[in-house]
Amino acid sequence: MTAVLAPTTLFGLCGAALVGIGLFVVLTHPSLLRRIVGFNLLGAGIFLVFGVVARRGAAAGFAGDPVPHAMVITGIVVAFSATALAVALLRRLLELTGRSTLDNGEPPDPEPRSKP
Amino acid sequence: MTQLAAALVPITSAGGFLLVLAVIMPVCAVLAMLALNPRYSAPVAAVTLAAGLVVSIAIVVKLFRNGTALVYVVGGWEPPLGLTLRADGLSATMLAMTAVVITAAGLFAQAQYGLVLDKRHGRAPTTFWILLMATWSALNVVFLGEDLFNLYVALELLTFAAVPLVCLDGRAATVSAALRYLMFALLGSLLYLLGTALIYGRFGTLDLQTLSGISDGGPAVSAALALMIAGLLAKAALFPLHLWLPPAHAGAPAAASAVLSALVIKAPVFLILRLVLDVAPPEAAQFAGQILAIMGASSILFCSVMALKQARLKLMIAYSTVAQIGYLFIVFPLAAGDGELPAWGTIAWTGGALQLVSHALAKAAMFLAAGAIAEAFGHDRIAELGGFARALPMSAAAFGLAGLSLMGIPPSGGFIAKCLLLTAAVVNGHPWLAATILAGGLLAASYVFRVIDRALATPATPIQIRTAIPRRMEMTALALAIAAVLLGFVPLQPFAFLQIGRADAAAMVAP
Repeated sequence: MTAVLAPTTLFGLCGAALVGIGLFVVLTHPSLLRRIVGFNLLGAGIFLVFGVVARRGAAAGFAGDPVPHAMVITGIVVAFSATALAVALLRRLLELTGRSTLDNGEPPDPEPRSKP
Repeated sequence: MTQLAAALVPITSAGGFLLVLAVIMPVCAVLAMLALNPRYSAPVAAVTLAAGLVVSIAIVVKLFRNGTALVYVVGGWEPPLGLTLRADGLSATMLAMTAVVITAAGLFAQAQYGLVLDKRHGRAPTTFWILLMATWSALNVVFLGEDLFNLYVALELLTFAAVPLVCLDGRAATVSAALRYLMFALLGSLLYLLGTALIYGRFGTLDLQTLSGISDGGPAVSAALALMIAGLLAKAALFPLHLWLPPAHAGAPAAASAVLSALVIKAPVFLILRLVLDVAPPEAAQFAGQILAIMGASSILFCSVMALKQARLKLMIAYSTVAQIGYLFIVFPLAAGDGELPAWGTIAWTGGALQLVSHALAKAAMFLAAGAIAEAFGHDRIAELGGFARALPMSAAAFGLAGLSLMGIPPSGGFIAKCLLLTAAVVNGHPWLAATILAGGLLAASYVFRVIDRALATPATPIQIRTAIPRRMEMTALALAIAAVLLGFVPLQPFAFLQIGRADAAAMVAP
């Protein structure tokens, strides 16, 4: 029983659960804002997996492997930028159309910009 | 822990700084554009384009002279802890191809933005230049990077630069297309990141050179590779995951479409090539190759038919992109060889690389020609373009020549590429793949001829040019199309070059 509840295993399972929930939200919800939150959940799960990897990789006598920590920090910055870009685009879409969902794949009119 | 291949300790080679220049020059241009008055954006972009072209030519020449890969060890920290930039033959080819297409797109955009005098120095051109430079830098990192996490960051940078390019004109439809693209791309990069985490947990390193030649896979490695390849497939828009591509690429401005279709989707394809051929253990690679080939073949057939059905020129070209990408994935089982020869010693590999380059040139030429047509007539509905070759002969010629390469008619780069793939399919006993290649060529011919037929038609009322467009716009498209055709005159010449920097270069061409 103790082996099952070792912190690494527990964190790993939590990470896997977060990845699963995030993936479910991303794939099933039509609302874009929910999907963006889902991406963040998915990302958080992956970062947790990275953390577990850091515990596992501590073979050299460190308390933890520092390299995955650096990667997680970089990953958080990237995820933050991605969220910012997605939210900005979503706000623009809401302003233009009043919808916060994607249309059913109707390709846009490739009309060039109109000129006076 | 599994035994890893004993990796050579990388040392920065002479001329390694060229790789750094290729990456940071566009970034410096972005910073300069942000700092300076928008009036100077176009000149800064022009200078960077020229300098970047020179740098990539210098890298290719250096590789030809040395015959070995160029390496730059960032900050002197060696892998597995540090990062390296490395240019082998394939990377250098991609680098040169990127520089040529970006320069052409830049020249086209410069002419196009020059059309509207009062907007010449406005916000829209500056945004375009900044995003173009950012895309260029990110592409160069993807082609030169050696560390899986470093490549993840490069892929994300590429996404962040490419998504706004899609909705540059700010219409609701293009914003929607950009969001759809972003959703697919984000899901793709997160799956890739999860795979990276698993690989790091298994081997404690992410350096591609160190990871190459893993013999013992295990479930963790299989899962990691499957996740990474699935993620990259979403970004590369292979058949079932292509839904985002047609609206995104058709809605973008012409110069942006050319860059997106010719280059941006090649970055994930390039990474899949490296993962399957360099990292994956042989049995896993064989299995993955078969699945990828099935997806590629269905991509060729399904999306060629979709292209045939489109009423709009740009949408047709966008669907054709998905179809042509399919050819790059049927390379895997064909390049598997018989186990004696490394994958990159086969003609299928040469054909695949040639298809990569010739498609980039031909597709960029097509999008630029379509952009010139749309600009001149104010629309791009194929049915109403009757007789446009009379009004815009150079654009029509560019479209036709690029079409030659897509169809695979000699003498063009596309012909040599498809001929090599077809030979490999026949020799290796893959009749279905051979049939798919032939059927794909016929379908491509039908959608290209549909447009050529309209171009040469004589309608009752001759088509009127709405806006006079500068000759330079048409010339850029024509130059790219001619380059795509001229590629056909260097058969097998790229072969030796592509092997530079590969582990054990094969001495001869074999199927």
